[in-house]
Amino acid sequence: MDFNDTPEEAAFRAEARAWLEANAEPLAPGEQPASLEGRFDPEMVRKAQEWQRKKADAGWACITWPKEYGGRGATPIQAVIWSQEEARFKTPPNIFAIGQGMLGPTIMVHGTEEQKRRYLPPMLRGDEIWCQLFSEPAAGSDLAGLRTTAVRDGDDWIINGQKIWTTGAHYSKWGMIVTRTDPNAEKHRGITYFIVDMQSPGIEIRPIKQMNGMSSFNEVFFTDVRVPDRNRIGDVNDGWRCALTTLMNERHAIGGGAGGPEFRDLFRLARTVLWNGKPAIQDAGVRQRLADFYVRAKGLQYTSYRVQTALSRGQTPGPESSIGKLVGAPLRQNMAAFALDLEGAAAALLDRKAPEGALWQLAYLGSPGLRLAGGTDEILRNIIAERVLGLPPEIRVDKGIPFKDVPTGPRP
Amino acid sequence: MNFDFSDDQKLLRENVRSFLAKEAPLTLCRQVLETDGKYSTTLWQAVAAQGWLGTAIPEKYGGAGFGRLELAVIAEELGRVLAPIPFGSSVYLASEALLVAGTEEQKQRYLPRLSTGEAIGTLAHFEGAGDPGNRSLKSTVRNGKLSGEKTPVPDGEIADFALVTAKSGRDFGLAIVDLHTREVQREHLDSLDPSRSVAALRFERAPVEWLGGRPCGWDTLQHIFDRAAVLYAFEQLGGAQRAFEITREYTLNRYAFGRPIASFQALKHRLADWYVELELTRSNCYYGAWALSHEAPELAVAACGARVSATNTFELASKEMIQMHGGMGFTWEHDAHLFYRRARYLAAVLGPAPVWRERLVTCLERREEAS
Ligand SMILES: Cc1cc2nc3c(=O)[nH]c(=O)nc-3n(C[C@H](O)[C@H](O)[C@H](O)COP(=O)(O)OP(=O)(O)OC[C@H]3O[C@@H](n4cnc5c(N)ncnc54)[C@H](O)[C@@H]3O)c2cc1C
Repeated sequence: MDFNDTPEEAAFRAEARAWLEANAEPLAPGEQPASLEGRFDPEMVRKAQEWQRKKADAGWACITWPKEYGGRGATPIQAVIWSQEEARFKTPPNIFAIGQGMLGPTIMVHGTEEQKRRYLPPMLRGDEIWCQLFSEPAAGSDLAGLRTTAVRDGDDWIINGQKIWTTGAHYSKWGMIVTRTDPNAEKHRGITYFIVDMQSPGIEIRPIKQMNGMSSFNEVFFTDVRVPDRNRIGDVNDGWRCALTTLMNERHAIGGGAGGPEFRDLFRLARTVLWNGKPAIQDAGVRQRLADFYVRAKGLQYTSYRVQTALSRGQTPGPESSIGKLVGAPLRQNMAAFALDLEGAAAALLDRKAPEGALWQLAYLGSPGLRLAGGTDEILRNIIAERVLGLPPEIRVDKGIPFKDVPTGPRP
Repeated sequence: MNFDFSDDQKLLRENVRSFLAKEAPLTLCRQVLETDGKYSTTLWQAVAAQGWLGTAIPEKYGGAGFGRLELAVIAEELGRVLAPIPFGSSVYLASEALLVAGTEEQKQRYLPRLSTGEAIGTLAHFEGAGDPGNRSLKSTVRNGKLSGEKTPVPDGEIADFALVTAKSGRDFGLAIVDLHTREVQREHLDSLDPSRSVAALRFERAPVEWLGGRPCGWDTLQHIFDRAAVLYAFEQLGGAQRAFEITREYTLNRYAFGRPIASFQALKHRLADWYVELELTRSNCYYGAWALSHEAPELAVAACGARVSATNTFELASKEMIQMHGGMGFTWEHDAHLFYRRARYLAAVLGPAPVWRERLVTCLERREEAS
């Protein structure tokens, strides 16, 4: 038992580090990596694309992808090593993750060779940014309840309906959309998956202001939007299977929720903020809570080491890989709440004068989203219960009947 | 990255598991619990015959000369079967303490008998309610004689010798005491977990020698506790995991309202959360095992993490086990209370979770100041 790289891994790490050192600046000790939250100004997008191209030119973009699409056919453990190394450097926020982490892999599995050649290389280079048009006002956790329709018209399909919570729709070139193509079929059987050009006539994108005041996601309205049939992924009415590939990759891509404050930031705060003239950490109650946070955060980190071990041995990680977001997101929210307790009345500030530049206020306001995006806590528990523990599925009232007859609430 | 047990260690686990499935069914634990038998001598002898008592004791002292990782594997398996034997007292505490702090002569005298099971050792530290710190400890050694009272002492009734924490003037040390001498009185105490015995030991000018030849200091005691904490954490993990497996099985087969109770989301989500806690605890335990087997400077922090995590999770597991079994779970006849009792017993014997949380933060502060 050790934490060492194998000789091949060490060589790969050295190569990655050497390139990064020559091409980027290391983060200063204690410096937070750039966070993606809300700052989608064109300048940021340009910087992110510049960095992505630089990586692509040197063969460091999407390294697990096959060489023919621009990758280097790297192993999953090499991808882990690369991201560990890259995280030590100052880089722009990753606005390509949805495409490269979820949609690209879906195209890889279900796309035609022509689609792969057309879409994967520019996705890898960051030249074309992608968004995921899955959720709808009445279909989130229950994604298969989606109502946006696509109707065949010659060589085209015509899309009508509404998507919501679409991260990055406003700066994306392409979207991957799931639509209802047969309302008379059972819920999961009448769905078809397409690639849609976000500049198509009939698409209207309206930003949604999030509870933390930022706007990274949008409502997207479709009115008679034409999509050529060659943009279909998978067979007609077989879109659910493709969507599952996307969702599976989503849980890997989102993982523990990168960025944002960590235990060491909480520990620093407890050591510096004063309660009655003494550092808060001298309070017995504070110490007990700190210990529990530490144990949880470390439990998660060491679990990722177990996952890496499996990857390093060329094995598929066990079910322990499924707990990352379910543990990490509430942990972030609870740590933020506790940090604000430590700050005392100053927790009420969301201001330059707030302690630590409002690090914890922002985490407090942003963390509820982590518990929802990419599968809510409750959905993740269902998945663990059913797929990992083999417990019986939910009793369902929407099975075996045409989609149009499935009961619904009033449309929100 | 190689953060897992080796293939050989996994093979060992399989062997230990199938051996214990035969030799230590839960009925054995119950038998000791119901007859106040103090421990199962048959299982003790069987375990000794397997050489497990000397797993981490070097061959020159009669042990098998494996490492702490092998010992951790065995500990987890013993935890799964709620083994009613003084393994923790004699192996994680007494043997480990002798190995890290004993003189060469003391090692030669005690370790061979500990590894065959001929002698049982224990460590006596607590003095009634609360947590005895360096300052409040009352037991004292004067002119080579120990006086004081220790309660509860795990396996104090059956041990042949004990390492007893004591002050000597301003010094602190561990005194080795032969428990068969006249100056030692042992009193049976009823145990919360009668499958594991506890006693009160009274010393009236009992002749002793210091572990290591002189008072070893408080830090050495902490180090001994840290080592034991990692190994006990694996026992706790094993117990929590087994409770989970039994409960999962039950919820799949028990029907209410025309469906298996495992289909109710209230239970599904709690089983999922329980599973998550088991995985986090397993990871913290592995880290403890790594630190222990590498004699790493991180041991103190790693041990606290494993201890807090495993104590919490075994408690959660044993509570949920009863709750998900319904009325049946509250009966004497059902095994759930064996887990509930053992979880609390293991939480108590090395000092409870709040004490370890406090120590964890102290260690983190020291590390921060050092860097
Ligand atoms: C920051 C952010 C970014 C996002 N980005 C995107 C994106 O780019 N593209 C996209 O398509 N979507 C995106 N989403 C949408 C996200 O996937 C959904 O919000 C999520 O799946 C939940 O769906 P919902 O909002 O409809 O809530 P609902 O599904 O209505 O859930 C409401 C509550 O009911 C619970 N619930 C629902 N079903 C069950 C069940 N079976 N058992 C137990 N409890 C249940 C939920 O856990 C939740 O607590 C994003 C969301 C957020 C917050």
